[in-house]
Amino acid sequence: MRATTVDREQSATYTYLICLAAWAVPGAGHLLLGRVQKGLTFLIALTLMFATGLWLEGRLFPIEITQPLVALAALADMGIGLPFFIARQVGSGAGRVIALTYEYGNAFLIVAGLMNMLVVLDAFDVAQGRK
Amino acid sequence: MKTSHLGLMILFALYVSVVFGTLMRDDSKEQLRFGAQLFGAFVLGGIVLGWILYFFPL
Repeated sequence: MRATTVDREQSATYTYLICLAAWAVPGAGHLLLGRVQKGLTFLIALTLMFATGLWLEGRLFPIEITQPLVALAALADMGIGLPFFIARQVGSGAGRVIALTYEYGNAFLIVAGLMNMLVVLDAFDVAQGRK
Repeated sequence: MKTSHLGLMILFALYVSVVFGTLMRDDSKEQLRFGAQLFGAFVLGGIVLGWILYFFPL
């Protein structure tokens, strides 16, 4: 049976919703797609990595267009999804520049966000039936 | 522990290895094996790079 236009639109909407969920909560996309082991692993590992970055006194960067590298770091940080906004809301992630672990914290935060972006892409592939 | 460079490097390698191992393999055993290989490569590579850079002047 050939896919109709409606089927294709619904499939696209479903895919994008999966990706949105995958971005918002690390691992949620895979959980919704039935890949429970992968979803739980991403949820635990990425959330822990983000929390470690905060513990190491890294900074959640603001989007400052006048400072492109800061803006890029902010975009990377936001890749982790809702944890970024929750952390900002509770006052975490201010960063302490003089802390010995400041740069390590930044690295943990940025890489956690970037890896969640890869997880979103993987969820997209699974939702599309490519994996 | 919080200020140990080696400790933090190992922790970072662990997180990245777990995520990449899970992403790039489907079977649990394969994920574990690939993740362990990645982890070893990251830690060893970091130590080797550290020693190479050690001999360079400031």
